[in-house]
Parts: sequence; structure tokens; C-alpha cells
Amino acid sequence: MVENRPVVTFLSHFVLIVGLIIVAFPVWMTFVASTHDQATMLRSPVPLLPGPYLLDNYRQVLFEGFGRGFSDTPTWLTLMNSLIMALGVAVGKIAISIISAFAIVYFRFPFRMIFFWAIFVTLMLPVEVRIVPTYGVVARLGMLDSYSGLIIPVIASATATFLFRQFFLSVPDELTEAARVDGASPMRFFRDILLPMSRTSIAALFVIQFIYGWNQYLWPLLITTKESFYTVVMAVSRQATAVDATPSWNLLMAMAMLAMLPPVLVVVFMQRQFVRGLVETEK
Amino acid sequence: MEKRVTFNERTLPYVLVAPQIIVTLVFFFWPSGQMVWQSVLLEDAFGGNSRFVWFDNFVHLFEDSAYFASVRLTLVFSALVASLGLAVSLLLAVMADRVIRGAGAYKTFLVWPYAVAPAVAGVLWGFLFNPSVGIVAWLLYAIGIDFNYVSNGNQAFLLVVFAAVWSQVSYNFLFFLAGLQSIPRSLIEAAAIDGAGPGRRFWDIVFPLLSPTGFFLLVINIIYAFFQTFGIVGSLTQGGPGQATNILVWKVYNDGFRGQDLGGSAAQSVILMAVVVLLTFVQFRFIERRVHY
Repeated sequence: MVENRPVVTFLSHFVLIVGLIIVAFPVWMTFVASTHDQATMLRSPVPLLPGPYLLDNYRQVLFEGFGRGFSDTPTWLTLMNSLIMALGVAVGKIAISIISAFAIVYFRFPFRMIFFWAIFVTLMLPVEVRIVPTYGVVARLGMLDSYSGLIIPVIASATATFLFRQFFLSVPDELTEAARVDGASPMRFFRDILLPMSRTSIAALFVIQFIYGWNQYLWPLLITTKESFYTVVMAVSRQATAVDATPSWNLLMAMAMLAMLPPVLVVVFMQRQFVRGLVETEK
Repeated sequence: MEKRVTFNERTLPYVLVAPQIIVTLVFFFWPSGQMVWQSVLLEDAFGGNSRFVWFDNFVHLFEDSAYFASVRLTLVFSALVASLGLAVSLLLAVMADRVIRGAGAYKTFLVWPYAVAPAVAGVLWGFLFNPSVGIVAWLLYAIGIDFNYVSNGNQAFLLVVFAAVWSQVSYNFLFFLAGLQSIPRSLIEAAAIDGAGPGRRFWDIVFPLLSPTGFFLLVINIIYAFFQTFGIVGSLTQGGPGQATNILVWKVYNDGFRGQDLGGSAAQSVILMAVVVLLTFVQFRFIERRVHY
């Protein structure tokens, strides 16, 4: 700020606070709904402050599911599946892209540019668009209702490869020369020099890809038919589209809170890596 | 840009690119190729038989008024989502850039909606506006507005727009804030010394310098509105009521999986692919320009 204008400063705070309230309001109401019993949530208007049923509701969705034969999948299971998928997507994407970026930057070999472009064009077609044929391929490979089916098709993407390529190109050549003079093999150079240097990029990417994997919706919706493979985001969405038939708003909202909590915690506690990852993957 | 110093190995580089290339071939090129192939085939309803029909699927699509309704809807939708989303987040970013006290806290509280899955965001907004238990619907009713997104198409559309903007605000906010913070203080101070007020400084200095960020975000937001809002539609309205929220990406899924019209769905995918290619091209052109800015 260049000069002191109390009115403008006040206005800024005011706008920001109004913005915060609007941004937080849906989540606040979700939290409130998850702490009341079913009867309270069906009386209009719904309460604006938390009630006493927090533990009951969360215990029920975590360990018993919705009950009434509607969906008995306990939410801890879907959270577990989401965690496996999110970690699998994050680790898998980082692993395959860091080595392919290493190959493309540090070696000269026939078809190198063809490989590079083959990876590049995956930017062109988001998974939502090619969903029908991808489903066909996964079905033919017998990967429906499996963790590999949940994870592997989602990790075909170019953004991480680009990020690592960009980073490797900025690593000074002297380091490579020194390693070669000392007789280090390429993989030794990769493990002892490049990998430690890429730590911050890896952390940033991990945060972004974890959220991406956790928040996948369409893909798990299609390829899982067994409830034991449901992820939490799709389970919430499935319950929501049926909630008018069995109006357990308190349970649905407890489930929604559980679905939001892990990625939100990751963003809040790893904010620096998150911001860095967001800005870098878009370049 | 190329490395000057490289390693000499014959097989190792192939081993290193193999995992990503295999995943890309199997889960990207194979399905994409099938998609293009399917878009020129007509499959009978029971599967099995299919015959080559040239561009019939596309012709059908272009003769279908429902498809054009969906195109129009998607255009209006993405225009609304992008403009509202950019305006709101620019306002918040400018304000957050101004304040000294509490800037970090504001930032933390504004970024986390990014972590909420679009599908879950749809559930939250559906709850707020639910005709029987939603608190906002109740308030609106109290002031005389009968808001029922389950039966009223325009209101359902509006609600999807709100939820989509809410999901995207934190992303835009972060990029605008980073853009604002990279503007040299000296320029703004010089303008202040010359007597320019905050409004004048914003329009004459900040806004033009921020336009590359704004343009980049515009492309990203259009891509977002076109494709990533699928989850919001899926858990909020399922394309309905009627066709009121049947945006293109939902229609691809709906026609392909529920309607079993594989050829028509594939043809729609091919058209969407053209849209992404165009947008990506625009974005890369722009990034090149930004480097020389």
C-alpha cells in the first residue's frame, strides 16, 4: 500500500470478509447439518448452529453406512479407497514422469522427439471427453473393479513430465560433467544428484496430484460396480442424488465433510507446496 | 532448449520412457483412436453389428436441434462461469493485495475450496438450495422468491453456475494475487506521487499489467467450465430438469452410457476434442507472447 486511506482499507477488509463468508457458508451449513439428528434436519428452517449429534452421526457413517438397506458401505472403506487411489495417482504420475523426463532431457536417442510429442498430445483430451472408449479399453483388459483400473488410466498425463523436463533443463551442465568425470553411471547421477535436487518440485506435484486423485468423480463412477471399490466422492454424490427418497441429510452431510476433510487439510497445511505446484503445473 | 552434456546409453533411455509411453498408448491413444473410428460407425442397439457410415453421425448431430441447444447452453454457461469467476476473484485478489494485516489468513481461508471436489461442491450447493430443507431456498421463499431447482430449469442452471464459480474462485484468486504481487511497487508509487488515486492506479497501471494473467485464466476457466464441471452437474441436476443443464460434456456421457448411442457420443467427443485442441493452441500462443512481454 502506498498511502494511508482508512476508508479504502476498511472497504478492503469488508469485501474480503463478505467474500470469506460466502465461500465458507456452504461448508459451515454442511458441518451444522452433520451435527443434528434426522428429525431436526427435516424441520424448516434448518438450524444455523451445531447440535449435539456430531459423534453419533460420524460414527454411523464411518462404520455402518446409511443403513436401511440403502447403502451399507461404511464410509471408512470408501475413504480408504480414495486414499489408495489418491496416493496411487500421485506416486504413479510422479514416478513415471520423472524417469521419462530424465530420459528425454539427458539422452540423445532415435524417436526421442516422437516420444516427447506422444506425451505432449495427452494434454489435448481431458479424461471426461474420451471417457466412453477408455471405459471400453479398461473393460477389455479386465480392469473393472480393481485398484489398477482406478489408478493407471488416470496417470497418463503430460503436465508432470513437462514440469520435470523444465526443471532438469535448468540444472547446470557442470553437475552432469562432474558426475561423468567421476565415472558415475546415469542412474547414479539421477539418484544421487537429480532426485535430491527435485525434492521441492516433487512435493509440490504430490500435493496437486493427491487432490486430483482424491477428487476424481466420473472415472470411479464408471468403472466400479462393487461397493467395496467405491470412492468417497462418488459415494457422496450417489447418496445425494437419492437423498429425497431417504432424507438422512445429517448422515449425507457427515459423509460430505469426511470427503472434503483430507484434501482440505493437505491444502491448508502444505499451502506453500500447493501454491507452488499449482503455478508450476500450469506453465 | 537442449542439454549440451548428455549420457551415452543405447537401451536405458527406452527403458526409462517405457512406463509412460505404454500407459499413454494403452489408455490414451488406443481409446482416442477408437473414439475417432467409432464416430464414423453405426452400431445397432444390440451391439455386435456395426457398419461404416462415413460422416452420418456428424450429419445427424448437426441436424439435431437438441445438440445445438446443448451447444448454446454450454457457451452461455462457460461465458457466465468465466466472467463471474474472474470478476469475483479479481476483486478479492485486489483487496487481499491491499491489506497488510491479516493478508495471510485471508489467503488461507480463500484457497481451500480448491480442495473440495466439484462433485462434493454440487452436493453442498444442492443442500443450501434444496426446496424442502435448504436454508437459502427458505430465505428466498420468505422474501417471495419461489426457488426450486428441481423443477425450474433456469434456476437449476443458475445454481450450477454458482457452484461452478465457487469451486473455481480460489484457483483464480491465487493466480491474480501472484500477478498483482509481481507488479513493481515503484510503478505504483510513482503514479501515487503524480497524484493518481487508487481507482486511477488500478485502471491505468495494475489492470493492463495484469492482463496476461487474466487472459491465461480466461482460457483455463473456459476449459474448466467445458469439462471439469461434470461432477457438479452429476451430483446436482444430472442434466435436468428437462435439458436445462445438459452441457456438452454431460451429454457425451449421457448419450454414450445411458442412451447407448456410441456413434453419436463418439462424434460429440471428436468435436469436443477439436475445441480443446483449439483452446490449448490459443493458450500456448499466449504463453509465448507472455515470455516476450
